[in-house]
Parts: sequence; C-alpha cells; structure tokens
Amino acid sequence: MSKMHLKLTVNGEAHELLAEPRELLIHVIRERLNLTGPHIGCETSHCGACTVDMNGRSVKSCTVFAAQANGAEITTIEGIGAPGALHPLQEAFREHHGLQCGFCTPGMITRAYRFLQENPSPSEAEVRMGMAGNLCRCTGYQNIVKAILSAAAEMNTVKEAAE
Amino acid sequence: MNELAPISREQRVENLKGLGCSRKRVEDVRFTQGRGNYVDDLKLPGMLYGDFVRSPYAHARVKSVDKSAALAVPGVVAVLTAEDLAPLNLHWMPTLAGDKQMVLADGKVLFQGQEVAFVVANDRYVAADAAELVVIDYEELPVVVDPFKALEPGAPVLREDLDGQTTGAHGDRRHHNHIFLWEAGDKAATDEVISSAEVVAEEMVYYHRTHPCPLETCGCVASMDAVNGKLTVHGTFQAPHVVRTVASLLSGIEEHKIRVVSPDIGGGFGNKVGVYPGYVCAIVASIVTGKPVKWIEDRMENLTATAFARDYWMKGRIAATKDGRITALSCHVTADHGAFDACADPTKFPAGFFSIMTGSYDIPVAHVGVDGVYTNKAPGGVAYRCSFRVTEAAYFIERMIEVLAIELGMDAAELRRINFIRKEQFPYQSALGWEYDSGDYHTAWDKALTAIDYQGLRREQADRVEAFRRGETRKLLGIGLTHFTEIVGAGPVKNCDILGMGMFDSCEIRIHPTGSAVARLGTISQGQGHATTFAQILASEIGLPADSITVEEGDTDTAPYGLGTYGSRSTPVAGAATAMAGRKIRAKAQMIAAYLLEVHDGDLEWDVDRFVVKGAPERFKTMKDIAYASYNQAIPGVEPGLEAVSYYDPPNMTYPFGAYICVMEVDVDTGVCDVRQFYALDDCGTRINPMVIEGQVHGGLTEALAIAMGQEIAYDEIGNVKTATLMDFFLPTAWETPHYTTDFTETPSPHHPIGAKGVGESPNVGGVPAFSNAVHDAFRAFGLRQSHMPHDHWRVWKIAHDLGLHG
Repeated sequence: MSKMHLKLTVNGEAHELLAEPRELLIHVIRERLNLTGPHIGCETSHCGACTVDMNGRSVKSCTVFAAQANGAEITTIEGIGAPGALHPLQEAFREHHGLQCGFCTPGMITRAYRFLQENPSPSEAEVRMGMAGNLCRCTGYQNIVKAILSAAAEMNTVKEAAE
Repeated sequence: MNELAPISREQRVENLKGLGCSRKRVEDVRFTQGRGNYVDDLKLPGMLYGDFVRSPYAHARVKSVDKSAALAVPGVVAVLTAEDLAPLNLHWMPTLAGDKQMVLADGKVLFQGQEVAFVVANDRYVAADAAELVVIDYEELPVVVDPFKALEPGAPVLREDLDGQTTGAHGDRRHHNHIFLWEAGDKAATDEVISSAEVVAEEMVYYHRTHPCPLETCGCVASMDAVNGKLTVHGTFQAPHVVRTVASLLSGIEEHKIRVVSPDIGGGFGNKVGVYPGYVCAIVASIVTGKPVKWIEDRMENLTATAFARDYWMKGRIAATKDGRITALSCHVTADHGAFDACADPTKFPAGFFSIMTGSYDIPVAHVGVDGVYTNKAPGGVAYRCSFRVTEAAYFIERMIEVLAIELGMDAAELRRINFIRKEQFPYQSALGWEYDSGDYHTAWDKALTAIDYQGLRREQADRVEAFRRGETRKLLGIGLTHFTEIVGAGPVKNCDILGMGMFDSCEIRIHPTGSAVARLGTISQGQGHATTFAQILASEIGLPADSITVEEGDTDTAPYGLGTYGSRSTPVAGAATAMAGRKIRAKAQMIAAYLLEVHDGDLEWDVDRFVVKGAPERFKTMKDIAYASYNQAIPGVEPGLEAVSYYDPPNMTYPFGAYICVMEVDVDTGVCDVRQFYALDDCGTRINPMVIEGQVHGGLTEALAIAMGQEIAYDEIGNVKTATLMDFFLPTAWETPHYTTDFTETPSPHHPIGAKGVGESPNVGGVPAFSNAVHDAFRAFGLRQSHMPHDHWRVWKIAHDLGLHG
C-alpha cells in the first residue's frame, strides 16, 4: 500500500511522517510519536479514551485516519500542563478523586480541556452532557463532574483576577 | 542546628496520613499527565504482533485450515493452529475450575469468537490483514444456547472430548452437557419445613449473562530471551504470581526463569483473573520466533471471548410464618457455564460462595443445589466485581424477600427488619455453613430508612398510584430496597485455593536508613489505589509518613508471592499482611530503641511515630531515628537492617454489609426509568481512606446500574453474540448516571488486624438488587411479582403493557 506524506503539529512540535492511507491517528500518535497518554478502549468511537484535540475540536482519534489530520494542530494529554505546572483540570481530578484506574483519564481531561473552552461556566447537567462521549468504568462520574466544575471555577477566578 | 519546636501529638498523627485519612492518591500524578504505563504502551525492540482468527460459528467442526495465503503476506512471521501447539501439549490448557479449554480450536469450535488460529506479523495491520486470509472450512453443527435445552436427552453433544466421562472435577456428571451438581445445606430438613409452612413464595430469578468490560481490554507482551533462557510476560493480570506458576507448569520452564509483570491495569473487575488463549499463544510465538510478541484484544474480542459473568437461573422457594418470620430457604440453580468450565472460583467452590444466599437474614434451615451446564457460549463465569457468585446470591435473596413481602402483603422494609440477624448473634453460624464475623444490621437499616424518609416516600408512592389511576400522571414511583451481606477476603488456606495455591497474601517491607520505606505486596491494583491506601495502613503501624512509603506490586521478580486482587480480597488479606509485617518491624524497632535509650524493651511504649520511655515522655526514639540506627550501630543480639515479611493466612472471610435504597421514576409509556435518589450506606469495617471508599461505591453503583438497567451479553438462537460492541453493550455515560449519596456505619472485623473488611464489590453486590427492586416496586400495586433483568426501556415498557397499563 503506497504511503502518504503527512505533516502534523502535536503538542507544539512539528512532525513529518509516511503513513498508509488507512492508518489511524491513534496509532500514529501512540506508536510513531510515542505519546501513549491517549488510549484505545473500543475502536468504535464510543469510549473516548483516545480523545485528542484537533484544530480546536475534540476528536476520537481511533476513528480518524492520520491522513485526515494532515496539517492539523493536535494536542494530547501530554501537551496539557507539565510536571510542576499542572493544568487546573489535572489538579482538580486529583483533588476530587476523579480517576481510579487512570485509563480513561487522559481522554477525559483532554475532552474537559476543550469543553471548558466551549462552555467556561457550565452547570452540572451541561458537564454531564458535554462529557457524555467519554466513558469511565471506575468512578461513576460523580467526582469527574465535581472536578470539572471545580476546575472551571478555578480557571474563571484566575481569568477574572487577570482582567 | 536549632531544635525545632516540638510538634503536637495531633500534628504527628496528621503528618503520617495514616488510617482514616482521605489522603489524595499518589497514582494520580502520573495518570493525569498521561504517564501511566499500561501493557499496550510497552514497545520492545523487534516486537511482533499477534492477532486471532476467530470462529464465526457457535458450534461447528473445523474440517481444514489453510494458512498458505496468510503466510504469503509480507511481514507475516507465523500462523499457529492447534496442530502446531499439539506437539508442545499446549493446544488445550487447564482452567481454574478443574476443566480444560482449547487454546486453539482442536477439531471443532464451541462458541462464536473462539480462537482458531494465531497470526504473528511485524505490524498490527499486517497481522489483521493476514488473519482475514486464513481459510477455514467449517461444518456447522446444531447449536445449544439454552442451558435447560442443553440438558434434554437428545441435546447435541458439545464436549466430545469428555465423551463417556461420568465424573468431572466436582463429582458426577449425569448428562453429556452436565458439568457438576454442587450442594450445600440440609435438603430433607428444608423441604420438610417448606412443605408444612404457613406461607411459601416460589419464584424463578434470572441473573443474566453480562461482562466486566474494563475500559482497557486484555493483553500481554511475551518476551523470551533466548540468551539467558528467561521468559518475561507483561500483561493485564489480576493475579501475576499465579500466572507465573501456571506458565511454568504449562511450559516446563522453571519458575525462576519466568518473570510476570502486571503494569498499570486499566480496570479489571474480574475480567483479568483468568488465563486466556491469547497469553498462551503470545508466549509460544515468542519462544518460536525468539522475538517479543504483543497480543491486545479489541473490544469485540473482549466482549465475545474473554470472561463473561453471571448467567444463573435461580429457582427459589422461601417459607415463612404468617407474621413474616422466615423459616426456610431453598434454591436450585441452573448455571450456564458456556463451552468450557472456566469459572474463576476457589478450587473447592464450583459455584463460588453462592451459599451466602441466606443473606442478612436469620434463616434456620436452607439448601442450595447448583447444576453447571455446558452450552455454545463463551467460557468464563468470572466474579465481575464480586466475590465468587456473591452478586448472584445477593440478588436472589433480595428478590425472594420482595416476592415474600408480596405474598404476605407486608412492607418489604419491615419484613427485612424482623428477619435480620441480630447484633448479639455475631459471630453468626449460617444454615449453609458460614461464620459471619460481625454486623449490626438494624442500626444500618434504621439509619438508611430515616435518611431517605422511608415512610414519606411510601405515602408519596401511594398518592402516585392513586393519581395514576385517576389518569393524572403516567409515571410511577419505585422504592428499591436492599440489605446485603457480602463474603469477601478469600480466603483461609484450609479451604480456599486457586490451582492448589492457598489464598493467603503477602507484604514485604524494607525500611531505608534515612527513614523512608518500600513495601511490596502480592496483590495488584487495577484502580483501587493500593499505592495510596496500603501506605496508609503501614504509616499507622510503623510511624513513618505514608508519603515516605513506596508501595510496589505486580512484578513477580520483586514482589512476594500472593494470590492477587479480585473478590475484594486485597484489604482483608494483603492489608492484613501489611499490618502484620508492620508489627514485625515495630517489634524489632522496639529492641533497637531499648538499646539506644538504655532501657528494657518492656519499659517502652509506642506513641504514633516513636517509642517513648514509660513515664519519661522526653526520652524517646522516633522510627526514623531507629531506622538509621539499625543500619549504623552494632547492637548486640540484633541483626542489622530493618525489614520484615508477612504471609497472612486469614482465619475467616470478612462480611461487609450495607443498606441501599433507590428511588426511581418509571415512565409507563416509554419504559424510561430515572433514578431520582440513591442512598448507599456501607459498613466495610475500619475505614482506611474514606475518599477512596466513596469512589469505589460510586463506581460499583454505576456498574450495578448498567447491569440492572441494560447491560447484557445476549445471544440469538444460533449463538451469535448480539451485544459485541459498545453500541449494543450498555455502559452508562455521565448523562445516564445518577447522583449518589453515600453514608456509613463502622463495625470492625474482629479477626482482621486493623478491623477492615473490604468494600470494592459491595456497591455492585447491593446495587443491582436495589435498582431492580425499584423497577419491580413501581409496579407492585399493579400485580408485578417478578421480571427478568436487564430492565431496559423495552422490557419495562413490556411489563407495563403486560399489566394492562397501556389501556
């Protein structure tokens, strides 16, 4: 199968690679770029463990061809916060026990990261609906919702203080 | 250096972050940054990928396998079939339940999705391509998916390999598709009480087939190092040490030449207890090719081939006096085990701990018989967030109580109350042979009923029924009650083993010179937060801060042998081992402190983080001081260093319990059920980390919601799995999941070193009957007695329809 020449920017870093047209974005991210934060949970776009941010939208990278991401700006969990300077969502998930096995967490936080840009001051119901594309088998969501609401409040406070 | 001001005792306790503290999890720093290390993240040089060719048929003869086209694909290294494994005697493998199971189809297939060939290639896409090109000629055979039909005289013979064998691992087989009959209790006495009872309720209660479905599927990377002859297997193993032993027994490789590693595990819930063909094939492929081989299930494979749970048809009879005193309980189970008996139970318990079915009630006499049956379904029968069939037992008794309440015309809460085992009866001997360690059911029950204003809810429900009859509403109100008793912490070595390995567990502690420590355990966390909570147990025992204690699990080269994490056994067994090992450390520390303080051992007392000379509180040595001294002082009669190990054989199981109440709005016309309120009171004995307990309860309740309200592994009549993707297999999202209110009472276990009982499974055990009882209760006024789960919208609509509520 002839390969395609692709250029992607992932977490601010430019990459060029050759990929088969059928190659999935999640495989390129995990296996070629060695960013193993996003996970594979279902391969049918139901679970959201593979969620990454692509050109300002949440996508499930298990059902996006790498070819569709040509030229795209992608952010994975590895690009959200850094050791010693965690994103408020990462802090809040820990503070509110919003994770257990951790397998859904990268996708969950990556989705929440975009969701709070779409809706910076959501209600609980809006969080639940906005996060409904990401499944968690461990937490029952209650503490995830709590963490996202808390991070939203924290981010809004910081924003207001800056303004 | 200036002396720091002495800190208060309270501050010293707080600094430890020990028992009872909602310590934030140490695991989360990695996980929130995407730095977990799950098996599919592992990439070894030269690694190959394995993929299965699976049977599309539920029952068929395999007439031929042609792998030539697959082998011709560039990048394909090998295609393994049963024929290739037979010379190694690995085409079949033993199951945990005393049966055997095909690794790759040997002459026939017995369930849809069964492994037929294993393709190994240098890339996962190539392996998948080549799997498509393996040509298999099947001859279809009659399919049996109904366990009752499987036992009919003319039913097709499923297990030809057992032809003529009238005895199995658990006694007589009375039919070619029969596996075992297992019984407990006094049948004659039970039948006698029932036949002369004032009131008898009889019902068939079905707990449908479902699947643990952790978000991470099963997988492994097997790597045989031909140079030093060592096999390393990284994988999703809830019991890594047992996997090492099994791998050694099957392969003939000596156990010290095998290293099994469970890295981070993305949820287990029982799915990752068993040994699956994928593991065996990856190991063989690595030995054959000399390269590391990775095998990772996809979701469809996970749901169709590895580890179903439940599938129990429970025919019950419960007898009582007219005023509601239960006098006897009987149950016969037809247990659908699928094509191979691969249930994950302690060896001597082919129906697990189902005989806990008398639940929270003082029932004088009882009997249970379980018939295991082969069908053309996937093997498994794992304990999905459950201690070996406790979920089935709890569902059974909590449904039978409701049915009895209907029969008696009694309030179901009151019926429970008058039959509870009383506080003063503990330790309580159940009619089916268990010794319940401790409990205070009445206190928990009253607290729960008060918290939700039970009487007020019943009034509201009655008003709703009247309003419905007047045509003013189309929604009914259900109040789902449950009081469950668990049996966890398997278990005493005298009667609990897995493949001959006693179900003890272990902890090994090494204190470093500067006063930090590493503790290694025989268990393995799959999200339970062991690295956080076991350090808390230890902090309270040895007086070093939890933040200074690293907990490691899952690497058989470094961790002491243990039986792993499932059945809520980590806290009851490994948690006890941790406390006991900590006490050994403290005993040695006391000798060292006595030497340093120049007093007799007996003149010292332990105070939070130090030994203090009795009556002279200014004279003390902290554990940190003692740790340093143990490495740098020659102390007469005391070996250098500060280490301890404990292998803990629990004297009994632990019996957590709880009271759950679900308030549900049921739409008669759409079948949609909305949980308005869910109150969960858990008593898991001593509470180690309330935050983690609450998280476990939230998660377990959500799994229970899924099971009760929609999740199932369903088959059509020719054995096709109808729920093989997450499109059809219900996992609730944040939107469907209700808000939970948690509460607790605390009744310590008298035999556990710190009184802890375990909690991980309670919310699943108690949650399923609470949700299901709520659905039933909504329709009680209209004559509903029993309706099978899952209560999805269609089935609930059908209940309403059959009761004539659609006009």
